[in-house]
Amino acid sequence: MKYTEEHEWLLIENDIVTVGITEHAAEQLGDVVFVELPEIGDLVSKDESICVIESVKAASDILSPLDGKIIEINEAIVDTPSLVNDDPSETAWFFKMEASDMSPVDEYMDEAAYLEFIK
Amino acid sequence: MSELLKTPLHALHVSNGGKMVPFAGYEMPVQYKDGVLREHLHCRKYVGLFDVSHMGQVIIKGKNITDVARSLETLIPISIANLNEGRQRYGFFTNVSGGIIDDLMLSNRGDHIFMVINAACKHADIAHMREHMAGVEVELIENRALLALQGPMAEKILSNFNINIKDMQFMDISTINILGVDCWVSRSGYTGEDGFEISVPSEKAIKLSEALLKFEEVKLIGLGARDSLRLEAGLCLYGHDINSDTSPIEAGLLWAIQKSRRKGGQDAGNFFGEQRIFKEIENGPDKKRVGIKPLGRAPMREETVLFSDSAGNENIGKITSGGFGPTFEGPVSMGYVSSKHAVIGAQVFGEVRGKFLPALIVALPFVKANFKR
Repeated sequence: MKYTEEHEWLLIENDIVTVGITEHAAEQLGDVVFVELPEIGDLVSKDESICVIESVKAASDILSPLDGKIIEINEAIVDTPSLVNDDPSETAWFFKMEASDMSPVDEYMDEAAYLEFIK
Repeated sequence: MSELLKTPLHALHVSNGGKMVPFAGYEMPVQYKDGVLREHLHCRKYVGLFDVSHMGQVIIKGKNITDVARSLETLIPISIANLNEGRQRYGFFTNVSGGIIDDLMLSNRGDHIFMVINAACKHADIAHMREHMAGVEVELIENRALLALQGPMAEKILSNFNINIKDMQFMDISTINILGVDCWVSRSGYTGEDGFEISVPSEKAIKLSEALLKFEEVKLIGLGARDSLRLEAGLCLYGHDINSDTSPIEAGLLWAIQKSRRKGGQDAGNFFGEQRIFKEIENGPDKKRVGIKPLGRAPMREETVLFSDSAGNENIGKITSGGFGPTFEGPVSMGYVSSKHAVIGAQVFGEVRGKFLPALIVALPFVKANFKR
């Protein structure tokens, strides 16, 4: 598992990357009430804003961690946004992408570094 | 930046896990551990305890109460002289151009007027009163906290401390002995629920709060849920839904201006902004405050621009408060649209992240009030 400074987690299986937000991020956001996801087939670039999360407090963006193509989205969190608070690390993943360039992954944090980062 | 002020309940907020944020010069709890959503729902079902000690509590005295009332009526376009002792009324200070300087609650306390004003406006309001009212003494009360106990079980809880509160009706105010101290209790609030606002000597505020919190129905509620509760109830937030440019007529607050203060009434006019306010009562305002219900699930927040068409060609207004309504179970907003478009049921479009999303103009409130009248 890798983590970005934007509080996203990346589960990497070959060139398929599943992306969600961390428990820390979910807690900071507060109760999530709306999620907007990209569409399957969208070609996205690293750092492009591709999802919107709205909590009771504010709206925030989720950036694409890599260049690539969206191959799957998690409709469950669109239907039930509170899943993002209940289980951000597993059930409430956001999207899966086929990465065209994996090299930025090296710069992302491992779990120990991320836990240090949010201290 | 100057240091933030603390209310007499500050330590209680911190020990109850309050997430403290700066608000109107004070360090205030925006939420506790449960979060905004649960706190909101709790208040609608049981009882919420809010610290609103940052608000200004003001006593206004003069030669006699009629004199004070008449003086205040030049600054506030509501009827104060005919307000009975022990009764409270909603009102607002207006400026010469008919805009709203602040909104407030005032009550007749027999020998004086007691007023509760917004935290961010309190010093300006007091300066305004002192400047324009001769022979009247305006005192900011700084040794009392203000608690709001709101929700359908508020009467049941508070009657454990003094049974007399059961006799109070919506907008009554009375001195009530609670835990051995005289509290100034009004049956009013800012949530759309039945409830009370309790002015208590600062040194007794924590003791009273802790005694109320011993009941499992009572939970502390932060500013986050206070905002979503008042939004669902269709109540204005000063500085957002009303300000020094918006008139009470544009804001849909004509109901608060009694007939006696309107043209032809026995105490008509003779207040700041009378010209514009009377003109707008007669001809209608250019824009009106309305409820706006987004048809999708995306909240439309403050500053969202509204259009009459899905292409975003005709700008008709903007949202002044918006978010998610936990009881309404969907996004809720209010804002201003040009009067021509202020038609209940009309479709409008809000620009959210570059898209024009549909919404309906709806009547306020989103959640029906539950007052004891």
